[in-house]
Amino acid sequence: MTSHRYVPTGNYRRRKATSLIAQGVMVLAAGLSVGALFAVLGFVFVQGISGLDLNLLTQTPKPPGEAGGGMANAIVGTFIVVVLACVLSLPVGVGAGIYLAEYGRTGLLAQLIRFMSDVLTGVPSVVVGLFAYTVLVLPLGHFSALAGGFALGVIMLPTVTRATEEMLRQVPDSIREAALALGFEQWKVTLRVVLPTAFNGVLTGILLAVARAAGETAPLLFTAFGNPFWNLDPTQPMAALPLQIFVYAISPYDDWHRQAWAGAFLLVALVLAVSVVARILGRRTPARF
Amino acid sequence: MAGPSLQTPVRPASLRVEGLSAWYGRRQALRNINLEIVPGQITAVIGPSGCGKSTLVRCLNRLHEVVPGARVEGRVLLNGEDIYAPGVDPVVVRRRVGMVFQRPNPFPTMSVFENVAIGPRLNGLARGAELEELVVRSLKLAALWDEVKDKLHLPGTALSGGQQQRLCIARALAVNPEVLLLDEPTTALDPISTLKIEDLLRQLKTEYTIVIVTHNMQQAARVSDFTAFMLAGDDLVGELVEFGPTRQLFTNPRDPRTEAYITGRFG
Ligand SMILES: Nc1ncnc2c1ncn2[C@@H]1O[C@H](COP(=O)(O)OP(=O)(O)OP(=O)(O)O)[C@@H](O)[C@H]1O
Ligand SMILES: [Mg+2]
Repeated sequence: MTSHRYVPTGNYRRRKATSLIAQGVMVLAAGLSVGALFAVLGFVFVQGISGLDLNLLTQTPKPPGEAGGGMANAIVGTFIVVVLACVLSLPVGVGAGIYLAEYGRTGLLAQLIRFMSDVLTGVPSVVVGLFAYTVLVLPLGHFSALAGGFALGVIMLPTVTRATEEMLRQVPDSIREAALALGFEQWKVTLRVVLPTAFNGVLTGILLAVARAAGETAPLLFTAFGNPFWNLDPTQPMAALPLQIFVYAISPYDDWHRQAWAGAFLLVALVLAVSVVARILGRRTPARF
Repeated sequence: MAGPSLQTPVRPASLRVEGLSAWYGRRQALRNINLEIVPGQITAVIGPSGCGKSTLVRCLNRLHEVVPGARVEGRVLLNGEDIYAPGVDPVVVRRRVGMVFQRPNPFPTMSVFENVAIGPRLNGLARGAELEELVVRSLKLAALWDEVKDKLHLPGTALSGGQQQRLCIARALAVNPEVLLLDEPTTALDPISTLKIEDLLRQLKTEYTIVIVTHNMQQAARVSDFTAFMLAGDDLVGELVEFGPTRQLFTNPRDPRTEAYITGRFG
């Protein structure tokens, strides 16, 4: 092979210019999308931080028009509703994901579940709320945290299912064969070897689903409904951060506006924290194949 | 359910293959294999790539059938019992016939210790202090203990390739099999690790019946007592061409195809 030097020609200069322009456009696009994110975060931060005080974290709402009070019940409510959503959706979602990856694979039922799951991802959350209203609120005769948890659980379900499936499918078959060759029953191979191998990935998927669900407002409007008082009973209406923010934001009171911003700040911080934990876990997957 | 422990040496088992044929879907991979694997000896399986060596050993622990569409005909007698008889649980067969694969495949999220412990633990063989002892014994048996005794809590994948492969051998030994199948266990390893594993196999053979697939004829000559030579015919279905004591097969093959292969004229 003979060595040769690059001689810049006109053609080369033109390609270089085109490349520079294309790069510029892409950097701009990336900058805009990141910029939008930072604008929202910054705005929420600036507006929210001033309203943030101890009362917000420790007190329940005051009657309309009265200054003071806080969102303690909404913070706890969001926590309860999300936990309920997890309790309802994780067994089904993780179970379905395991079925898709380990048993159904390319079978007809598996294809069907995958299709339904994708459809469910696309259903607007307000429709899911309406569904929960119909199957839980109407028969029970009143709003409840349980119905809210159910609605959020349905929203989480397809994400959890597909994340579980994806992560299990990344476990190579050589691991399954090694486990089978030790004389493990199929269910032990799945639950004791394959699932632990994919655990961090599955957890990441679950946390991202949680982060998304925790900020949902529409499906809670006619399920958990909201509650200005302390309530820990899941069969009763319950406050939640997104609901409280919504109600306060559309109210005519300045102090409630201030609290809405502070609540938004809390909610964003919460979602961000969960997402960051999810990303760190996802990156730290010790599985090296 | 307490199984036998490694302390009571298991009499090496006999393995007899009778009229074995295997398919992947419609494609036949093995035809009418007959083979008597001698207890307590090392049997090497050699032959060119694609002749069905892996398929054959995977039929010996009923791992072949986990491939979708794969199927087997014929009999494999483990101490006289057909492992393909109706009603025989493949899980039980696999506990008695251990396997080590071509590429070291320790469980990636488990520590060195856990990799070895999980077999006896999930199979209900040992627990607590007894389990710890069994793990140590298995690691010693696999000639790995001295190298990992300070690394028991590191991930299994943090070891070198040769160490990982011996970890896989320790893992297989920990569930106390009677037969050990090794499918090209040293292909991915350097010469020194290879020799270590060959030494190890020689030491293990008094207690375990060993079948080793190898591409490397020197290896077959070095470690095995018996050698089976396989070849795929024009229809690409693998058959057993010749089987006999290693020395005889390498110095005085009966079949001209064996001679052609060991003298490097094809394959
Ligand atoms: N999962 C599979 N599906 C379909 N055909 C397969 C599968 N695995 C192996 N085969 C085919 O079966 C034949 C025997 O394969 P096998 O892996 O047993 O050969 P081998 O002797 O082990 O080869 P090598 O020395 O390359 O490992 C080959 O023709 C191969 O293409
Ligand atoms: Mg092979």
